[in-house]
Amino acid sequence: MAIPLTYNLRNLAVRKGTTLMTALGIGLTVAVMLTTMALVAGLQGVFSETGNPLHVLVMRKGSTSELVSTVTRPLFQEVKMKAGIAKSKSGDPLASLEMIEMVNLPSVDNPDGSNITIRGLLPAGLEMRDYIRLQSGRWFQPGKPELVIGKSVAARFPDAQIGRKIRLARNDWEVVGVMDAANTAANSEMFADLNQLAAESNRTEALSSILIRAVDPVAVAALVQNLESDRKLNVFAQTEAAYYESQSSSGALFEYLGMFVAAIMAVGSAFAAMNTMYAAVARRAKEIGTLRVLGFSRTAILTSFLVESLALAFAGGLLGILLVLPLNGVTTGITGNTFSEVAFHFRVTPPIMLKGILFALVLGAVGGLFPAGNAARKEILAALREA
Amino acid sequence: MGRYASLVWKNAIRNRRRTLLTITSLGFSLCLLGLMMAIYYALYLSDTPPAQALRLATRNKVSITLPMPGYYLQRIEKTPGVREAMPWQWFQGVYKDERDPNNFFARFGVDAKKLFLIQSEIRLPEEQKQAFIADRRGCIIGKKVSEKHGLRVGDRLTIKGDIYPMDLELNIHGVYDSTMGSDTLFFHWDYVKENRSLPKEYTDVYSSISILVETPESVPTVIAAIDDQFRSSSVQTRTETERAFALGFLNMMGNIKAILLSVCAAVTFTILLVSANTMAMSVRERVREVGILKTLGFKPGAILGIVLCESMLIAALGAVVGYGLATVLCGMIRQGPAFSSEIANLSIQPFVMVAMLLSALAIALLSAFVPAWTASRVPILDALRHSD
Repeated sequence: MAIPLTYNLRNLAVRKGTTLMTALGIGLTVAVMLTTMALVAGLQGVFSETGNPLHVLVMRKGSTSELVSTVTRPLFQEVKMKAGIAKSKSGDPLASLEMIEMVNLPSVDNPDGSNITIRGLLPAGLEMRDYIRLQSGRWFQPGKPELVIGKSVAARFPDAQIGRKIRLARNDWEVVGVMDAANTAANSEMFADLNQLAAESNRTEALSSILIRAVDPVAVAALVQNLESDRKLNVFAQTEAAYYESQSSSGALFEYLGMFVAAIMAVGSAFAAMNTMYAAVARRAKEIGTLRVLGFSRTAILTSFLVESLALAFAGGLLGILLVLPLNGVTTGITGNTFSEVAFHFRVTPPIMLKGILFALVLGAVGGLFPAGNAARKEILAALREA
Repeated sequence: MGRYASLVWKNAIRNRRRTLLTITSLGFSLCLLGLMMAIYYALYLSDTPPAQALRLATRNKVSITLPMPGYYLQRIEKTPGVREAMPWQWFQGVYKDERDPNNFFARFGVDAKKLFLIQSEIRLPEEQKQAFIADRRGCIIGKKVSEKHGLRVGDRLTIKGDIYPMDLELNIHGVYDSTMGSDTLFFHWDYVKENRSLPKEYTDVYSSISILVETPESVPTVIAAIDDQFRSSSVQTRTETERAFALGFLNMMGNIKAILLSVCAAVTFTILLVSANTMAMSVRERVREVGILKTLGFKPGAILGIVLCESMLIAALGAVVGYGLATVLCGMIRQGPAFSSEIANLSIQPFVMVAMLLSALAIALLSAFVPAWTASRVPILDALRHSD
């Protein structure tokens, strides 16, 4: 027969000070782990939602990011003529020659300056990114030094506001609009007219990448295959989705750091839980004796104390979740593989919360096992006689 | 006070298991606190090493990815207070296979003759140095690169260009070690510069320039002098100390300072909880003893002191364990990838050690105060009658 759970819960309630302190210790450990997971989930969310599966991104062979890739205009003309590319409203192939530049501006988190990606693109490039809406202002005009900035850029960089001017390589560029790009990486970018930007940085021939849209999913694979096998082009083609997926490793450093901190804190809080449970066993020696006299088995005692430890840890897990919930939706930005800031929201999702509870329960089990064993091993008479 | 020492000690070890668990728990938390403080100290508080204090870096003001015209190098060399200036060019490129991030290490194009003057921390045998200087296609690699990739003097390696449309075929002439970290490959920038098939956009520009100044005192004036002379040019520059330049990269990754501080706060709070919990349990089980002590004539102040001392003793032992663990972790971090020279040389400095111990003691005092105060104030009769 098992000892009722209420026995454990009431015991935890009686020693509320100790219970709360131990649970909070576990809660903080869980909170560190969940914060890390929420950060990584938020960052991966941005990268996994960026990239139309019909889009193929073409870079120079060997390039791992658009920033280091170089493509030329003749190359663009050849890529544009490949079979299987969808047509735009005006009947031209949906293909955009693009270039990546950077500007370093002070951000709300980093007054010393963070890099922002500036993407120069052709009208087709805007047409392909049909998920982008203008939030305020207007689009840039071809041939003018004008920028349209992502909404995260507008929120995180005080210098980037409609009407303000930003100095690029030679000239001052005016911010004329703010765009809402759903939850994609474009929110952290600035868009400009390709030719104007290329002239600005004296890179009229050496541009960065080519984005094309295939007519259907079957054509995507054929296009990638066709481009990759064309040795004369010497390009690396992949779906836009695959490219952004590969950028999500940007959060790896923070993931390692967070998990490392959580692991060390876990050892500390498991020992603290053990301490609390040993004290609980010591205080209730007489009760344990009485329970045994009443006919509860050693296994029942062991289970009961283990359950108590798990209940304590569960409370800790809940506290941990409560601690990180306010983070949900908070925006932050990190600079990863793309060498420019990507803004994202922390995401405390149900699976992450579940992992937090499981982690807490593991700590509770580790901390409770030895004290519970100790309780179960007590001899009836000795236990009853204990002070 | 001394006569209470044995009492404090006896109290601390009366429940050995609890004390040991507490010390271990505090030890792990304090090791983390120590580690975070060590990183914070190394990045933001420590003095710049004397050799590094003489070095500046100049880049395009708009962003590091935009180049500066080639003639800026000569202009900077002629600036008063500048002893040497050389290109410090990020080549990136791909070694073996770009899909495996383990194949990555930094590759910088430099002026081989000036490299050893400017980066005086670089140590390698004189004949390797001369062999490198003499061969346009030569390179030297850091010890960590050599160990990780099994590359040795006499080997050849190919770096496929990605930013630059050319491949580097390099002969390894030396393996160096340096207090600034040893995970970089240095090669002659002239190798790229003299490639006539490359457009001038690649060869006649610099993305960063490393500078050695005459004296540490002249740093602010030299910085101003360099940036001022390009202020009205189409390409403006940003010059900063080498350390600020490197920290800028680290800070760009994210808000490192805020991360370190919030981890410290979470850990400190955890330690406070663990310690308070232990002392509360410890005091609770000896209320009767306190009654007896009082009967024997111990003043409330003495009882307060005894309990506080016990807490501090346990915390101090935890700090010792934490220091040991943190030293081991620092050693592991030094072996890992160096994000900056400060991290490559990470160790628990005396300042951090003292800070660790003081925070442990402060936390102990804070956490034990309530139970200690309650114990010292409890009336004798209540205490004697107390049954747990």
